[in-house]
Amino acid sequence: MEKWLDKANIFFDLPLTLNSRILILVAVVVLLPAYYFPLWNMTFYSNQYPDGLKLHIYAYKLEGGKTPQRDDLREINELNHYIGMRPLLESDFSEFKWIPFGIGALILLALRAMVIGKMSNLVDVFVLFSYFGLFSLWSFYYRLYTYGHNLAPDAAIKVKPFTPPLIGKEQIANFTVYSWPGLASYSLVLFAILLFVAIVMSARPAEE
Amino acid sequence: MMRNRTQWTWFGLGVLCALAVSLAFVACRQKPTEQRGAVAEAAIATYVPPGDQDEYYLFYSGGHSGQVFVAGIPSMRHIATIPVFSPYPSTGYGYDEESKKMLGEFTWGDVHHPALSKTNGDYDGRWLFVNDNANARIARIDLRDFKTKQIFGPIPNVSGNHGCSFVTNNTEYVLIATRFSVPLPLGTYASIEDYASKYRGVVGAVAVDPETGQMSLGWELLTPPFNWDLGSCGKGPSEDWAFWSCYNSERATGKLEVTASQKDRDYVIAVNWKAAEQAVKEGKYKIIGGAKVIDPKEVKGLAYLIPAAKSPHGVDVSPDGNYIVASGKLQEITTVFSFEKILKAIENKDFTGEEDGIPVLNYDSVKEAEVNVGLGPLHTQFDDKGFAYTSLFVESAIAKWRLGGDWAVVDKIPITYNIGHLCIPGGDTMHPDGKYVIALNKLSHGKHLSVGPSQPECSQLIDITGEKMKLLYDAFTEPEPHYAQAIRADKLHPIEVYPKEESKNPNAIWDVNQAGVTRRGNHVIVKMTAVRSSFAPTKIEVNQGDRVTIHLTNIEQTTDELHGFAICQYNINVVVDPGETKTIEFVANKPGVFPYYCTNFCSALHQEMQGYLLVKPR
Repeated sequence: MEKWLDKANIFFDLPLTLNSRILILVAVVVLLPAYYFPLWNMTFYSNQYPDGLKLHIYAYKLEGGKTPQRDDLREINELNHYIGMRPLLESDFSEFKWIPFGIGALILLALRAMVIGKMSNLVDVFVLFSYFGLFSLWSFYYRLYTYGHNLAPDAAIKVKPFTPPLIGKEQIANFTVYSWPGLASYSLVLFAILLFVAIVMSARPAEE
Repeated sequence: MMRNRTQWTWFGLGVLCALAVSLAFVACRQKPTEQRGAVAEAAIATYVPPGDQDEYYLFYSGGHSGQVFVAGIPSMRHIATIPVFSPYPSTGYGYDEESKKMLGEFTWGDVHHPALSKTNGDYDGRWLFVNDNANARIARIDLRDFKTKQIFGPIPNVSGNHGCSFVTNNTEYVLIATRFSVPLPLGTYASIEDYASKYRGVVGAVAVDPETGQMSLGWELLTPPFNWDLGSCGKGPSEDWAFWSCYNSERATGKLEVTASQKDRDYVIAVNWKAAEQAVKEGKYKIIGGAKVIDPKEVKGLAYLIPAAKSPHGVDVSPDGNYIVASGKLQEITTVFSFEKILKAIENKDFTGEEDGIPVLNYDSVKEAEVNVGLGPLHTQFDDKGFAYTSLFVESAIAKWRLGGDWAVVDKIPITYNIGHLCIPGGDTMHPDGKYVIALNKLSHGKHLSVGPSQPECSQLIDITGEKMKLLYDAFTEPEPHYAQAIRADKLHPIEVYPKEESKNPNAIWDVNQAGVTRRGNHVIVKMTAVRSSFAPTKIEVNQGDRVTIHLTNIEQTTDELHGFAICQYNINVVVDPGETKTIEFVANKPGVFPYYCTNFCSALHQEMQGYLLVKPR
């Protein structure tokens, strides 16, 4: 046990190789699109909307598809009010306040690990980031669940409480709903993978 | 034996009969097969399958309906009606304060000639101008939302504004003209015996703001009491000139069908509008009825009369601007004048007379050709291959003839029946689209399912891409298209929703929570929203005799989510488009409880979209 702990101590004290440090920088650059692209995209298709009503969830805002003919977010809320669903309001999403902050903090921590060049710092960032990512995902899922389950009891149209899909396709009344992660989510995942690779790359020389 | 022979005879006869019948059948079939082929071709040429869209917009004038009809070419399907001079409950036009104010004291108008705005001599897709022949007005429809935005007039001194609305090459002006001369200014009395000396006509133009399209008074030119009929603007070399035809140069009164048909030639007037504009700038005008009017007896060099064959109707300028085509409806010829020759005759003072200060040009010096098109020529349109198409009212046909060269009639197609105007997309521009001509016929003689004595009008779509004109389709419209104009669909980009960000109406509200009723003395002001599927507020309580103002905003931002708002028994019905705010005003003089409801079917709970106006008795 002690031996294993010693081994761990040695591991955490390992210096980061130049390649690992460069990789951290690359990971930070890869993470930047998370600020500019949607985390999640949902599209609602029906007979009346052959082009689909579009909903984009960003790290910091909610945005509907917008054409001169239609404001999709307004339209989705308009339709949802018939089943007694709360309107999707940006102000209801606390995520939009803490996710951008969290990403920023993790970028700073990653850069810190790069500059100090110690394995322990890098592992901290990786672990924190994984926690942050999974928590965010759960948070969004819980929000969708809440929207679909807290339906007004006096709604004109009664539907069974439901959870809109997080990933994939689902039929909700006359709508076929598609939900897929957006570019920002891919950059979050890639960030985690790159950090992991950076860890592995610096770990190898120590084992020799 | 006998029996046998009889049997054979019968058999022989039977065979013969069968042969004859089958031969007759084959003979009969031959022709229908060919016909069916042509029918199938025409069907394919005009069929626009579900989901596909037409290639051109066709804007029909609606005549005395006071409206404009919009159809698609080649399907000829009626798509929309744009109310202009008449109330139209379908869109709530004429029931809200803004449109009521535009309509003024009139409940109808007589729309004859739509004119699409032009830039460099071609349609730019910004506005559509239409005239009101009855009450001397012009309206501007904005093609961004297909709504009437301005009704200008009654225009001073103009009486029976028929020679309107034709736009100059860059929409600087819209032409106006008097068809029924009267003593001026309007409101003056003079005996009909003094028609020739005391009654006057004007031709002129209304100015158009190049940015907003807003119309304002331009200039007018005083003329003898001729009946100015149709107008046209020059192009290219003749760009600075405007032309109008006239009948009754006899200055006759009474039964005009006889008295105004005595002379063999009447006139086309050529007016240099740039010079008229300059004359007004230099103060060479007098104010009559509030308008700046130029008197040709005092100001020379602006206007010239061109003799044209008997009671000319249409006057049309060729796409290159070199020829002016006038069709004398009581002769078999259409006359082509050369603009170059007109300028030369003016320069050489080659005049044969004068009418109230306006020189008459020598016919033989300015005439280029007399084309024997047929009986009752009225209007001419042009294609992009050097041909002109003239409508023949009496003959019920369209003549296709070569513009220039041998000036020969190359084809003729019968139409049903009695064609008035005709329309080629871009047919009055510098670059026509020579694919179709639409014959706008006055009589249909029951070619449709019978609808009783009130008969619709008939429009026919004709293919003009080949050597021979080919009839494709018959369409029927309500009375009464006169002229129509067509524009390529891709030149228009209409909006379908009024964006919330653009709303400048101070009475608009965008949140259901802002809706409410306020009272100022005996004036009740309601700010109301309409959104699927409810109004807010759902009740309005007033006292009998209160003035009620309702500012209604449709807060939808989705195409086709229109809402109607009608108050039962109060003769009110408006329709608000997505993002639109309209104001309704009335005096609640009837006590009782009156439902209001959504008239324009909107949603699954449309029936529930209602409320109550409660009027407490005094």
